[in-house]
Formats: sequence, C-alpha cells, structure tokens
Amino acid sequence: MDLKLRVWRQKGAGDKGRMVTYQVTGISPDASFLEMLDVLNEKLILDGDDPIAFDHDCREGICGMCGMMINGVAHGPERATTTCQLHMRHFADGDTIDIEPWRAAAFPVVKDLVVDRSAFDRVIQAGGYITAPTGAAPDAHATPVPKADADAAFEAATCIGCGACVAACPNGSSMLFTAAKVAHLGLLPQGQPERGTRVVEMIEAQDAEGFGGCTNAGECTAVCPKGIPLSLIGRLNADYRANLLA
Amino acid sequence: MTPFWTEGDPIADTAAPDGPIETRWERRKFTAKLVNPANRRKLTVIVVGTGLAGGSAAATLAEAGYRVRSYCYQDSPRRAHSIAAQGGINAAKNYRNDGDSVYRLFYDTVKGGDFRARESNVYRLAEVSANIIDQCVAQGVPFAREYGGLLDNRSFGGTQVSRTFYARGQTGQQLLLGAYQAMERQIALGNIAMFARHEMLELVVVDGRARGIVVRDLVTGEISTDMADAVVLASGGYGNVFFLSTNAKGCNVTATWRAHRKGALFANPCYTQIHPTCIPQSGEHQSKLTLMSESLRNDGRVWVPRAAGDNRPAGEIPENERDYYLERIYPSFGNLVPRDIASRAAKNVCDEGRGVGPGGLGVYLDFADAIERLGRDAVEAKYGNLFEMYQRITGEDPYAEPMRIYPAVHYTMGGLWVDYDLQSTIPGLFVVGEANFSDHGANRLGASALMQGLADGYFVLPNTLGNYLANGPYEPVDAGHPEVVAARAQVEDRIARLLAVDGDRTVDSFHRELGHIMWEYCGMERTSEGLVKAIGLIRGLREEFWQRVKVPGTGAELNQNLEKAGRVADFFELGELMCIDALHRAESAGGHFRAESQTPDGEALRHDDEFSYVAAWEFGETPTLHREDLTFEYVHPTQRSYK
Amino acid sequence: MNTTARPKAPGAKVPKRRSRTRSTVALKLLMAVTGLLLVAFLFAHMAGNLKIFVGAESFDHYAHWLRDLGTPLLPETWFLWIQRLGLLAAVAGHIAAATILARRARRARPVRYAHRPRVQGSYAARTMRWGGVIVVLFVIYHILDLTTGHLNPIGDKQHPYANVVADFAPERWYVTLFYVVAVVAVGLHLRHGLWSAARTLGQRTVAGERLVKAAALVLSVVLVAGYLSVPFAVTTGLVK
Repeated sequence: MDLKLRVWRQKGAGDKGRMVTYQVTGISPDASFLEMLDVLNEKLILDGDDPIAFDHDCREGICGMCGMMINGVAHGPERATTTCQLHMRHFADGDTIDIEPWRAAAFPVVKDLVVDRSAFDRVIQAGGYITAPTGAAPDAHATPVPKADADAAFEAATCIGCGACVAACPNGSSMLFTAAKVAHLGLLPQGQPERGTRVVEMIEAQDAEGFGGCTNAGECTAVCPKGIPLSLIGRLNADYRANLLA
Repeated sequence: MTPFWTEGDPIADTAAPDGPIETRWERRKFTAKLVNPANRRKLTVIVVGTGLAGGSAAATLAEAGYRVRSYCYQDSPRRAHSIAAQGGINAAKNYRNDGDSVYRLFYDTVKGGDFRARESNVYRLAEVSANIIDQCVAQGVPFAREYGGLLDNRSFGGTQVSRTFYARGQTGQQLLLGAYQAMERQIALGNIAMFARHEMLELVVVDGRARGIVVRDLVTGEISTDMADAVVLASGGYGNVFFLSTNAKGCNVTATWRAHRKGALFANPCYTQIHPTCIPQSGEHQSKLTLMSESLRNDGRVWVPRAAGDNRPAGEIPENERDYYLERIYPSFGNLVPRDIASRAAKNVCDEGRGVGPGGLGVYLDFADAIERLGRDAVEAKYGNLFEMYQRITGEDPYAEPMRIYPAVHYTMGGLWVDYDLQSTIPGLFVVGEANFSDHGANRLGASALMQGLADGYFVLPNTLGNYLANGPYEPVDAGHPEVVAARAQVEDRIARLLAVDGDRTVDSFHRELGHIMWEYCGMERTSEGLVKAIGLIRGLREEFWQRVKVPGTGAELNQNLEKAGRVADFFELGELMCIDALHRAESAGGHFRAESQTPDGEALRHDDEFSYVAAWEFGETPTLHREDLTFEYVHPTQRSYK
Repeated sequence: MNTTARPKAPGAKVPKRRSRTRSTVALKLLMAVTGLLLVAFLFAHMAGNLKIFVGAESFDHYAHWLRDLGTPLLPETWFLWIQRLGLLAAVAGHIAAATILARRARRARPVRYAHRPRVQGSYAARTMRWGGVIVVLFVIYHILDLTTGHLNPIGDKQHPYANVVADFAPERWYVTLFYVVAVVAVGLHLRHGLWSAARTLGQRTVAGERLVKAAALVLSVVLVAGYLSVPFAVTTGLVK
C-alpha cells in the first residue's frame, strides 16, 4: 500500500509544531499502524532526517503507552482497539492519514506524538488505591464478594490509562478514567472505608491538573480501547454527591 | 583458537539455612538482622523497574519506612510489561480440596524446572504463594469469583490441581495495578520518589558494594547519578535479544548487563522459554509477536500438510493428506504436550518444509472438530476473546479456517545469580523477579512468573534486605567520588561513541539480524556446531554495529533510537554469553535442547551426573564459569516422558 | 547521604486545588438541580399557555390569578415576584456554572486538532451551549414581549389573550419563526439536559438509562408540541 501521511512534528515543549507530509510506499496490509511508522522511521533515519517520536511498548494493546489521533479519532477508526492493534488493512491504498498527538492542557506535548500523561498518576495518588500495607491482609476468603460486583469491578479495572478518553473529550476531561478507578475500588468491600474521601480527592486532583469537566457527551467511551462504559461516570457522580458536604 | 570460556572456582549459596526445608524461611527471617524503624528513614534504596517485582518491592519497602527511589523507562510505573501476563497466578491455597499443598507446589516447580533450580528457594516460593493472594485481594485486585462470592481457580499448564487464580485473561494487568496503586500511595506520602522515563545505564560500585546508579532522563537526555544504601534490580527478562518475542518493545537487559559487567555473576543465560501458541510473523515489518493462551490446545488440533511444499489452502487439503504430528508422535498426551516439546515439534515440521503461511513458519491449530463436537457457541464461549484477538491481528476468521500458530520467545529463566537473600555477588545489589535466575530452573511452569515476581517483592526482599542494611551503616558516597565520576564518564562516553559512528545501517536492522542468529542457533534446538557458528556471527555483527550503526539526533533530547542503540549494544554481549552457556551445557534440560543430547526416540536427555549445577558466569574478555552444585534432598531427579 | 547531581522527582509538583464546592462535579450538580427547577417551571408555564384553547376569558383569568396567587397571606404579586426571583437565581446559577465549565473546558484544550470529524454524541449534546444562548436571547425577548409588553404590538397588560393573538398574526411570521426556533432549541437542550442531569445526579443502571432516555425524549416532545400548538393555532386561525 502507498499512503500519504500528515504527521504533527514538534521538536520539544517549547517548539510551536506543525503538520509535515510524508509519503510511505510498499506497506503490507498485515502491518500494524505502528509498524507502518517503523518503516517510515527507518527510511527517515537513512535519509538523514529526524524520525518521528511516538510512545509505544507492549504492542499488544494492554500497556496503554501508545496512542495518537488518527484522522481525528483517538486510536483510529477501529472500535475498542489501541493504536498498536490497528492494522493497515483497515485503510485503502492511496489514503491520506492525519496523525496528531493527544491534545490537552494536562497532557503537554513532549516531542512529536509523545505527550506527558503523568497527570493520570497524580490523580491516582490522590486516592486511587486501597490502603492495605503488605502483610496486614486477612485470608482471601474472609470476605466473599458477590460475583456480579467482582465482575463489574473487573470491567472497570481494565482501564489501561492510555488517555484516549481525554483526547476525544470535547472538554478535555478525564472523567471516564477517574470514574473507572472510583468504580473499580468502590464496588469491592475492601474499597468501602475510603470510598467517600477517594472520590472527592480524586476529583479535586483531576480539576487541579487542568482537565475539563464532563458534559456527558460520550466521546470518551466511543474511543475507549477497553470499552469502559459511560455509566461509571453516573456512579462517580452519585458517590461524589453523597460525600460532597461530608 | 582461544577457548570460549575458562573454569573458575565453584560458588555456593551461603545465605540459605539448612535443616528441614519447611522451617528454613522461618529460620532465615529470625536470624536476619533487623533495622530499627527510626533508622529506616535514614536509609535509601534504589529500585530499578516497576513491574510486579519492582513495584511490590518499592511499595513494601516504603511502607516499612525506607526512602525509596524508583525508576522506570516507561512514562508511568503502571506500564511495566508484567501488565501483559494473561493466564494467572499459582498459589498453594488448596481452596479446591484437591490435594494441593505447599509441598506439592514446591514439588511441581522443581520437577517442572527439570531439576535445575534450588530446592530452598522453590520451597519458600511455594510457602509465601498463599500470602500473595491474600495481599492482592486486600488491595482490591478483582480476581474471578464464583457465585458464592469465593475465588475461582483453574488448572493451568497441565497440573493436576486447580491452584491458578485469575482475572479473565488479564491477571498480570490486575496484579500490576494493585502494586502500582500501592506505590502511588507511597509516592503521595513522600516515601517513594518516582522517576518515570528514566533509564539506568550503569551501576556504581564503591569499595565492592553497590552504592548507586547512573541514569539518563529520557526526555531531556540529562545524565545523573543517584546514590543509595542498596540497589534493587527488578528490570525483567532479556527475551528481546531475539528481536521478535512476546516482550514489550522496550524490554532490555541493560540494567542487569551493566551490573554483570561490574562483577555480578549471570546465571544460566541459555535457559529461555519458547511458547508454542503465538501468532506467526506476517512479514519483515513484524515488530513483535503476540501470545495466545495455551488453553487453545485443549480443544484445537495441531497439523501440517503431509507433503512438503503443499501450499493449497487448508480447506482443500483432504484429511488423509494432513499430519496431526503431535497426536502421531505423542499418542498419550497428544496436543497437550508441554510447551518446549510442542514448540520443538513445530520447528521440526517447518524445517522439513511443511510449515504453512507466509515464509512457511507456522502450523495449523484447527478448531473444526471442536466446533462440530461442541457447537460454535460453546467454542465461542470458551475461546471467543482469543479468536477475536487472532482475527484483529491476522484479519482471518478462525471459525472458518484454521488458526496459524508458531512458537515465540516468551520468558527467560536465566538472570543475575542471587543467593537465598536475593543478593547478587555484589554486596548491596539485590535482584528480584524475572531479572534473577532463582526459582524456575531450566523451565518455568505456567502461572508461576507472576507468583515469583510478587513473592520476591512483597515478601522475600523486604525481609532479607534489612539484614544487609543492618550490617551498615555504610560510608556516605557523594557524586564526586572517583568511582561515581568514572561510572558517569563511562555512560557519557558510550553515548558519545554511539552517536559518533554515524554509519549507514539502522539500529533495528542490526537488532533484527542479531535476532535471526539467536533464533536460528540458540533457539528451540541448539547444536555445538551451530553455537560456535553463532558466536562468530555475533562477534562479527557486533563489530559491524560499532562501525556502521546510524543513530540520528543528539544525546540531549528525547531520542528513541539512541535508547535502542544502547540496549542492542548490550544484547550483542549477552547473546554471545547465551551461546557460550548453551555450548558448554552439553545436555538437554527444560528450555535448553541440545540436539546431541537426546534419547533414541528424540526426547530431551539430561545428564545429572555432569550438569546438575547452576552455571554462573563472570564477565571478562573470556567469561569465567563458576558452578553452584545443586543437591536434591526432597525431590529426586527423574527423566520426563510424554509418550 | 549526599544528594548532589541526583535527579529531582517530577512527582513533586503539587497543583493548586479548588474548594470542593467549585469542583467540576459540584458545578454540574448545580446545573442539574437548577435545570430541573427550570423544567418544572416550563411545564407549569405550558399548562397555562394551553388555556388559550379554552377561550380568551379563561386565559386572561388565569393570567390575573397568577398575580393574586399567595393572597391574602402575601400582598398581591409578591408570590409572583418570589417565583421570579427564584427562577432568576436558577437561571443565573445555571448560566454561571455553564460558563465556568465552558471556560475550563476551553483551557483544558488550548491547541485544537487539525483534523477533527464529528464522531459520536447526539446533535443536542454538541449544541448545548449554542442552544442555551438562543434560549436566553429568546427569554429576554419573550419577557419584553408578553410580560412587560414593550415589544408587543398591543401590549395591553389587562388582556394577555389579545397580546398573544396579535403576536402570532400571519404577517408577523418572523416572530413566530423566532418562537419556533427557540422552542425547538429548548426541546433539544432538554433532551440531552434531562438525560445529563440524571447522570449527574447519579443515574447509572442499564434500565435507568433506557427509562431516562425515553423520558427525556417524551418530555421534550410534549413540551415542544405544547408550546408550538399556540402559535400554530393563532397563525392558522384556530385561535382568534
């Protein structure tokens, strides 16, 4: 396949950045999107140009490191698929593909398509955990957990922290990310003692990082590679309302 | 020609107590010195890597009161490659009342490791396994549960008991997030200083003790040194030496290799695990391989065409022209033979020219019979997510045509040599998780990697590290110390050299070529002749690398090719040592199959009289072999048979 | 321990936090509560409007009754003013919260995407802000027209029925058109707004989701139909 790529190039945080056009040729439809970029980068290096920086690691859709806007859609056109699991057979020979980094004040661009998502870690630091120091745990069977709750907690916990929700949200909100963690821990009996403070602290931290608020537009869940449902935001809201004045 | 290695003095693990195996850990914990809680605040521990072992160690040490400084190359500690583990985690809980026990898990692990692991270590692993599950549940890890609300278990990797705990096909992810969250809590409390996007490039050894590391900030390129009272390496395995593996792209050997060059012995580097059910390579562009759960072999039938060069589509090959080779060669175990045997058989039929798919590197895994027997719905309920993953990657529908699978490098049992306390041969340097060699012998059982990583990090290291620290305090070292300055200069010099070559080949092209050599000669089947050849090829390629590699950009910026170049440079050295280790071990054991050492009917043949030892290598122009003899007081060596 | 040349932990950055009553979620709660209050008002107002089909006398009587409401406990029109102040506060709170959230959202994405198709989300969800502005402009006009009478061709406070009929006379088609546009905007605003308010107040079940979606649609349609029936009837001559 031959393709025309328009890629966001930005040398560093201080650089203004611009879209640059590249031609790639002879791409196998079986290549992944990142492998297509690998091929381009090999060529750029040998031509003496600066290869395109992009984050990636496991390349099997679980680490959450990769992510870019592909034709304006976070992680590209396939639903529930990370960029590394998107394959070129979903594009047509001769296509023009626009590639941009996640755009959010809380995710400043580091270089090209690489952004700084450490804001997510700080939101987790505010309360996205259960205080259970090593060694203090009772037997695992001490507290049975209804299967439905355990399954729902698992679904919420599958979030990979890639940031596509923020990238897609018209408000640059991280509400789906935060809601997933609040739901994961709030659905389990072990998570109850800190349930109230957790949600309030995490929302405060998320606001302080400069993420926007949720307007229930649903763009986040549409691009989420793990299909985290929008209803978790309702759960977060309920928890927050119950603890707002507590 | 100079010999490939020289013989050194034997070594021994002096940290392990003797006496009854079931009381050894208890006694070690009691004899280990303790650090007064008030003094822990004055002690700094560096932890490199934030996977299951590093993450759990950092969190636990910080909870205990130590000042922890944690490093990872990813943009967040949550992304370490433990996250990709699918299957599950073993624990001797015996919740199923099916006869499991600490002793049985110990026994299975020693036997599974083909009698090349230490009994004391393995027993301790089995002993603390139950605590891991308790700890993870308390942290909110959403393990699969039954309708009664209790934890579900499954049997995994051919064991006869159900001792594997799991969270759908994402157990590694859920366990890692538990450790990550515990870490983030300690970061918020100020007990852990977290450095993401930082890579350790050198170990600092002062007066024979590990006292710090040299790191590169991957965003700014800044080189800095960090000093501590002890250094813990939790930097994972080295499967990426093969270029194509199921590891993440960033996984590398640099942290452990740098420590090895500074004097830490590297044990059993040739023991690599090759997983039989991975999605085959689709072309030269391929950058990594993806594993599919081996549970697929429970219902799928493996076959290739009878005739070499038969490239008709699978559906057009009649039944009598198909070779269900596993069922033919291993009538009693059939498609369920262990990982190494299934992998090697696949390689053999592909070598005969009977492989299927691009490049002839694949065999069919056919569900047609299962769909006919169980119905499509039942197959979908059991394997639906795996079929979906296969279809996403290959674009083929596994319900309509057989899947194609091929083995891929998946885990490395070898690693830095450690004693019972998980301390390397450099005092003050501790190694945990896949980065050490300790518990799996020559072959790792399914669902045991997660168990070992968390056992080391949550329960073993926090108890043994204190003993080392209590023997201090160690003289403070500052950045101006000659050893520190020298280590830093080494790093800067190496980066400058990599950038200065400015040749005409990319880093990836070298890495790919190295991978081909390793896969061909140090992969599923090794021969003396092939290994000697590989060593020559690697040396030649390494030389070419330093003359022709082209690393664009500078050292003072985010430069992903510079990162890769440094890692590949270390892989060359490691690859050579792996071949030397494989060459010297003239027996077949676990993941290491030497063609010269097989039974008349082609099965792996161990030589316990000659090779019942750990090969611990000392770095040098010519590596030096130190043997640690293994003794088996409880589980007596037997030869495996799956006919 | 000497710390020279050590890397500094990037996690040390602690951004400033707001008081929790001004968090994005608290502001959304404010919008949900004030929005629901305004919806309740819209339904009461619509019920009154529909009296126009009973006849001029009944309609005018209802308009006068509004002023007498609360008497004799309160002096005449006091209750009306209390209501008006309540509504004004709700509108102000709703708009203020919306404005703050919109500004935060804009700040949250300082650089726009070069390529951005519309992917998901209903038309209403995407037009909440513009729809809101149309509705506000209309309400101002509407008060000057039918409450104070300044922009009404008759402007007789004693005979609201006549004012309404004069308003929607066929030759004043542009007034009718503005009215129709504004009412449809209200409908769209509500369809997403009601659903969104339920979510903000904690709705999260699948069944609840279906119910809320259906209810939001039905209520919006009823409201639009109810409000449009009046100008329709006047313009077509059903009400003279």
